[in-house]
Amino acid sequence: MSHSKNTTGIGPVRAAMRKITTPFDEMRDWWGRAPGWVRWTVYGLVIVAALLAPSDSVGAFMSPESDWATILFYPIGVFVLLAIGLNVVVGQAGLLDLGFVAFFAIGGYVMAVIGTELGWNFWEIIVVAVLISSLSGIILGAPTLRLRGDYLAIVTLGFGEIVRLVAQNTDAIGGPRGINSIPHPPDMSDIEIIPDLQPFTYGVIDPRPYYYLLVALCVLVIIFARRLEKSRVGRAWAAIREDEDAAEIMGVPTFRFKLLAFAIGAAIGGATGTVFAAKMISIVPNNFPFILSATILAAVVLGGSGNLPGVILGAFLVGWLPERFRGFEDYRVLLFGGVLVLMMIVRPQGLLPSRQRSAEFAEGSGMGGMGAEVATPTAKAEVSSR
Amino acid sequence: MFNDLVSQFWPSTIDGLALGSIYALIALGYTMVYGVLRLINFAHSEVFMIGTFGALLTLNILGVTGPVSGLTFVGVLFLIAAGAMIASGGTAVLLELVAYRRLRKKGASRLAFLISAIGASLFLQELFALVVIPEGFDRPQAGRIQVPVPALMEKEPLFSIGDAVVRNDKLLVFVGAIVMMIVLDLIVNRTRIGRGIRATAQNPESAVLMGVNIDRVVLMTFLIGGAMAGIAAALYVVEFENTQFFVGFLLGIKAFTAAVMGGIGNLRGALVGGLALGLIEAYGTSMLGSEWQHVIAFSILVLVLMFRPTGILGESLQQARA
Repeated sequence: MSHSKNTTGIGPVRAAMRKITTPFDEMRDWWGRAPGWVRWTVYGLVIVAALLAPSDSVGAFMSPESDWATILFYPIGVFVLLAIGLNVVVGQAGLLDLGFVAFFAIGGYVMAVIGTELGWNFWEIIVVAVLISSLSGIILGAPTLRLRGDYLAIVTLGFGEIVRLVAQNTDAIGGPRGINSIPHPPDMSDIEIIPDLQPFTYGVIDPRPYYYLLVALCVLVIIFARRLEKSRVGRAWAAIREDEDAAEIMGVPTFRFKLLAFAIGAAIGGATGTVFAAKMISIVPNNFPFILSATILAAVVLGGSGNLPGVILGAFLVGWLPERFRGFEDYRVLLFGGVLVLMMIVRPQGLLPSRQRSAEFAEGSGMGGMGAEVATPTAKAEVSSR
Repeated sequence: MFNDLVSQFWPSTIDGLALGSIYALIALGYTMVYGVLRLINFAHSEVFMIGTFGALLTLNILGVTGPVSGLTFVGVLFLIAAGAMIASGGTAVLLELVAYRRLRKKGASRLAFLISAIGASLFLQELFALVVIPEGFDRPQAGRIQVPVPALMEKEPLFSIGDAVVRNDKLLVFVGAIVMMIVLDLIVNRTRIGRGIRATAQNPESAVLMGVNIDRVVLMTFLIGGAMAGIAAALYVVEFENTQFFVGFLLGIKAFTAAVMGGIGNLRGALVGGLALGLIEAYGTSMLGSEWQHVIAFSILVLVLMFRPTGILGESLQQARA
């Protein structure tokens, strides 16, 4: 109803930007000005670091109490890939999805069912899984994306639970016992890069090949997401996120773009589920609880929804910290909850936000500003004097 | 399938109405907060959960371990209802003060509110699972399993409708819910604070100009909604005789469904929606089997939001949704 009006003469976004400059922003500005070769070197180094990550020496520090390579696959790698997928929906299009785990589950179950029943191989199935999960995203999205904000959140939550409960109640896919002996991906080659490491041989014991598979998927998906963000589609999403009515009036077919975001997010979730199922050999409905959706959402928000490096950082922290500090494992969700509340009060834009999103948050308009209308007159005056 | 429905019709109806009245009472909290703030108080499920433990705590303090009767029963019932209302209402007020007020003042986005609510919800659940239940209720290592609540009444048949027997506990739940609904309706329509609530729901800015203290109204809204969840919690423990840290999650979503079904923001709608959802669930369960109970409720939620997001009675505590 009422958006805070800026009266100081400069545009509200710029005023907000000026106000919230931090060292992170300066780093980002430097990055924005950096020449191409610097960027490519950094990208290269990051990938090399990701490939070297599952070594024992890193693991000795990162997770002294459990097998580091296993943790790198699940939860860390899986969380990162899911968070990148959810970021398309939440961070870019601004649609709050509380049932993202449904697509992860659908991908996993497609892998499990086709792999055990029809005996297709992993590479064929992942294509089918991506198609089916994005189709399910469209099926869920088509009727519900006309809803706004928090309604959508609750519907997606309901959908996530429906998928899990249906899996639990359907004996054809194993009911509560799930599906066992899911086939591994076929070996691509048995070369040994260093002793004991065959990165393309997918067995039971060594989690590293699966981790590399996830890294490869992450790189692909990041490139894809990044290109989308810079394209017409990305700009349409930003417009929808900031003010859906305005976007619609400006001729953005909001519904179609929201559906697209849902489908892409679902596809990424489905692909992650496929890899997960292929690695885990057996899956059960309880691998896909609501709390996983909330965790991934927490990762996205914590890192800085809408900003890929931030989201990846958030997912990494959310996956890694509970494993590193095993003693606190019980308190993980408790801390999560507390941190979420605290973050929203202190730094709603996340640890590493994109500059645009920080501005949106500071302005309080992103995703349908609310609450301002119920704030006290003094609080409103404060807002407008900024 | 339909034979089951026909043969189970009256028993299902009675079960559905009893469960539905609990949904309705919880739905009031969602509907009131939504009406005033246009915010889905996602943590309301935990308000209910803490209410059940407030009721249990009251029972423990009173030292009630078995069924009581007559005036003692009435007294105990009032006391556990009061205990649950204090626990729930207090939680709801704390939520507003800690998790929402700062955001409201900043004019934060809806997303921020929802995430703050999810955070608060997870925090409270885990707080009970890890600390309160093991320590406060003397169940070390068992925070995550069901906590039994001592039976408060002998459950015996009162009379029968058709071939179905109406038990006293079901009647109590149903009548209790209806009475509380009437009380709430009177509060909102007849009292000063009720007028403030309606004014804020209709137009917050004008309400401020007319001298309504918005913060007080919002606080009262949370308090009243929480107290209703407390009543629901007390009735719940009397009826089901157990609780756990997770009890609010499903009931909360279902109560939200009920609120949406009846028309969110509409108090009478919450009653209609709650009873309707209870009945649909009970009939559906008798047709498909109890393992589908939750799926039915979630499907109803999705269907209602798809086809009639304004609900059966429409939104009335405030203007139509922006």
